[in-house]
Amino acid sequence: MPFVEALRCRECGHTYPVEALHVCDFCFGPLEVSYDYDAVSASISRQRIAAGPHTIWRYADLLPVDGTAPVDLGAGFTPLVRADRLAAELGLGELWIKNDTVNPTGSFKDRVVSVALTKARELGFKVAACASTGNLANSVAAHAARAGMQSVVFIPQDLEVAKIVTTAVYGGHLIAVRGNYDDVNRLCAELTSEHPSWAFVNVNVRTYYAEGSKTLAFEVAEQLGWRAPDHVVVPVASGSQLTKIHKGFGELAKVGLLDEEPHVRVSGAQAAGCSPVATAFAEGTEAIRPQKPSTIAKSLAIGNPADGWYALDVVRRTGGALAAVTDDEIIDAIRLLARTEGIFAETAGGVTIATLAKLAAEGVVRRDELVVAYVTGHGLKTVEAVGPHVGPTATIDPTLEAFADAVQLGDDARA
Amino acid sequence: MSVKIRIPTQLRTLTGGEGEVAVDGSTVGQALKALDAAHPGMGERLFDPAGELRRFVNVFLADEDVRFLQGLDTPVADGQTLSIVPAVAGG
Repeated sequence: MPFVEALRCRECGHTYPVEALHVCDFCFGPLEVSYDYDAVSASISRQRIAAGPHTIWRYADLLPVDGTAPVDLGAGFTPLVRADRLAAELGLGELWIKNDTVNPTGSFKDRVVSVALTKARELGFKVAACASTGNLANSVAAHAARAGMQSVVFIPQDLEVAKIVTTAVYGGHLIAVRGNYDDVNRLCAELTSEHPSWAFVNVNVRTYYAEGSKTLAFEVAEQLGWRAPDHVVVPVASGSQLTKIHKGFGELAKVGLLDEEPHVRVSGAQAAGCSPVATAFAEGTEAIRPQKPSTIAKSLAIGNPADGWYALDVVRRTGGALAAVTDDEIIDAIRLLARTEGIFAETAGGVTIATLAKLAAEGVVRRDELVVAYVTGHGLKTVEAVGPHVGPTATIDPTLEAFADAVQLGDDARA
Repeated sequence: MSVKIRIPTQLRTLTGGEGEVAVDGSTVGQALKALDAAHPGMGERLFDPAGELRRFVNVFLADEDVRFLQGLDTPVADGQTLSIVPAVAGG
């Protein structure tokens, strides 16, 4: 916060004070936090970061809050795992998985919510609200409980059972809306006008909230020894996370934390059943046509993505690509990642890995690149997706004979 | 045809603070033009120089995005509600 100068419209450049604003009053364009990077450069250092907490708050100098009393469940600083076995299957070289499944509520949303509610509390809000496809619901309910704030969480009524239970357990208001996520989002955008005393993390506090995703870039660079990867693959719902990861690498260079100028190709992953951004990429158009989602990847099922245009722009400018994958490919990819690397991802992670596989097969993601794939949510949240496809490999009576009859083990296990 | 238009916070400076305004019009485009006539300044906020809805303006008729209908040519029945909603939200 000492380094935040103002909020600035990405479209027309109008500036605004550091308040609960997300949209330019004039052109409705999104507001972006602008920092005094010279001042950040003078304060920040690799040593200072290394001495910080093992959470996103080690990068507080590049987050839009005071950060002296964060709303904190320990989000961030998740493992970056070298994925040689998966790389071998996909014909890739140096591949890493950013395993963001291990956040406090099981997804990357803890990063953005920790920032959003910290800012909301600084601005004096007592109620935390959101429109969610599930992961955000979990995280807002949990962080609000931690902060002693009331929560009002809106979800589409057809969400996965686990995502409903793991939100409701924290005891706030949980409103299931008869409609899809875009309906929920529209309702919340209208409610924001009627309840200006509520902090809707992805509406009126969205400008701050979205900044939390930059930590996905900061951590990867730090964990790689302060260098940027050559290519990242990121799931796309609203498109915000992808644009903020790109911004994050750029900021590290700007404040002098990287030895070399980053040239990160950014590629995006969508489900075929909800692919407005990938479709615009494939068709070479500027406009993003909204879609009615139909996919098992419910956490990515945003048919009218707020930052879709910016995500498309980043992908094109960096020489990346966008692809869309089918539900069957998503399930196969969840199992592939689990089988090769021991990481169980939710459907969005399946979308990322399936897209990585597709782009690798097409030669877009190359063997000579240092590649990072972002796996952003835990598989226990969406067991319905793989439940019908996996189970016990044998069911036996409790005898040695039954076991010997039923199970043929490999040589390694026979001793 | 009388149409109700719900106004977001960002545009209420133009309606004297009103969150809902009634206008006449038989299409979405006509209703929004009538809104501009009644509350000058609305038009340049909602439309780009080519006369299309700005990229970050969503308009819903009876809770359906007019981009899924016939855009500005979508017919509006008497008593229906249009909502103007900033597009930048969610995710």
